[in-house]
Amino acid sequence: MKRPILIALKILAWLACLWPLGWLIWGAVTDNLGADQVHAITFTTGLATLHILTISLAITPLRRLSPRLNWLIKFRRLLGLFAFFYASLHLLTYIALYAGFDVSVMAADIAKRRYITAGVAAWLLLLPLAATSTNWAIRKLGGKRWNRLHKLVYVAAVCGVIHYWWQVKPGVRTPLTITVVLAVLLLARPIQEWMQRSKPRLV
Amino acid sequence: MLIGKPSDIPSSEITPQDQYLNRRRFMREALTTSVAAGAAALGAGRLAEILSPSVSVLAGTKLETVKSPLTTTGEQLTSFEDVTHYNNFYEFGVDKDQPAKNAGLLPVRPWTVRVEGKVKQPKTFDIDTLLKLRPLEDRVYRHRCVEAWSMVIPWVGYSLSEFIRQCDPLPSAKYIQFLSYYDTKIEKWGTSETSIVWPYSEGLRMDEAMNPLTLLTFGLYGEALPNQNGAPLRIVVPWKYGFKSAKSIVAVRFLDKQPPTTWNDQGPNEYGFYSNVNPNVDHPRWSQKTERRIGLPFYAQRRTTLMFNGYGDQVASLYNGMDLRRNF
Repeated sequence: MKRPILIALKILAWLACLWPLGWLIWGAVTDNLGADQVHAITFTTGLATLHILTISLAITPLRRLSPRLNWLIKFRRLLGLFAFFYASLHLLTYIALYAGFDVSVMAADIAKRRYITAGVAAWLLLLPLAATSTNWAIRKLGGKRWNRLHKLVYVAAVCGVIHYWWQVKPGVRTPLTITVVLAVLLLARPIQEWMQRSKPRLV
Repeated sequence: MLIGKPSDIPSSEITPQDQYLNRRRFMREALTTSVAAGAAALGAGRLAEILSPSVSVLAGTKLETVKSPLTTTGEQLTSFEDVTHYNNFYEFGVDKDQPAKNAGLLPVRPWTVRVEGKVKQPKTFDIDTLLKLRPLEDRVYRHRCVEAWSMVIPWVGYSLSEFIRQCDPLPSAKYIQFLSYYDTKIEKWGTSETSIVWPYSEGLRMDEAMNPLTLLTFGLYGEALPNQNGAPLRIVVPWKYGFKSAKSIVAVRFLDKQPPTTWNDQGPNEYGFYSNVNPNVDHPRWSQKTERRIGLPFYAQRRTTLMFNGYGDQVASLYNGMDLRRNF
């Protein structure tokens, strides 16, 4: 891929990832977040986390489809860090606007409310991945160990989707789409590996 | 010289305020009528889809009301905008802003309410008869959602007990069930976004239904109910979580047994039949000790939830001797 195209695509990716935040800021400034701004902030940041994380998980299966898609790898760190960014905003919304910075409230919630347990677990799983996202950290850890550590993203994504299901009312189906997409992306990995192994190598 | 300069407009030509306001009303009604005519010509469904519910046939019609001693005082009202654009009405979508967008499709006229079950004689009431049955009262109530947010809403209606008297229930009637309007073609969100079995069903014990606070509701803010708030008639039970207050009622059944109710069927451990507002009994997934008052700035929203939503003086005696932790 030529450099100017890559730069243009990177700018587009940044803009797309900043879109939910921009929408929230615009809504807050123009008083357009609806009757319940707290819910709008929580929902938008939570959904942005899941969407961006899911897109980042599409990169590996897509690259395996064709070597011509290898350039997609250049976007994975950006997406992963944006997912962590929105997850952190989401967590901060909870800490500030729901728990009111009250540690005892948060401790009780984490212990008693399983959707909060799942959500906090997802964020804690993303934390070491964000911390080791620099080139320096990859070198320091070594590719193999770094890769193994970053497999945690699968657990984090699953925790995120469970977190979504556990807070909608029983009978509500809105988390279904993201669940199916994530399931396909996670299942694609072993299936593609199996297909590659059973196919004789040409090169 | 400005002093003594004759006015350009003689005072006789200045439109009095009431006429000026009437003109707005006239414009709205003219629009409504032409819209209705247009809808008939174009195919009502398609046109109604692009119309916001605020211009649908009856929402917004001024209702004549009287004062009520049962109104709640000392609370700041939640704005009309928030009351009508932050709704749980899953037949029209699970997001709070969807009912305001989609409920314009609800056909609020003609509308009848079937009365059946343990009554002397099954009957059908027309909405326009019910509107005139008793004087409509202005009743401000606190509204506490099971999701831990709250509002203060000026409803319009009369005590449900007045209506129940017209139904001649038999002594064997111990419970009352309310069924909401449901049409898969109109309320398609109900089946695409949820797996709930419609129509929406809610119920009360007979003594709860007869309590004067239980309001048969036709309007809010002095106007006919907007569709998203449960037009053309609903109940409001202010000491219970909001979902107990069934919307857009088409049938009332008198029963000798506790009726199945929608949310209780969906999650019996989360939504009890009684569902009285109770800060001491948490929802399994969140605390009910506090609530967020919609419309206030986010740092000022949080407030303590009151037992029976603050209506304990009027209703606590209904539950004497009952374990409200078990019968949540």
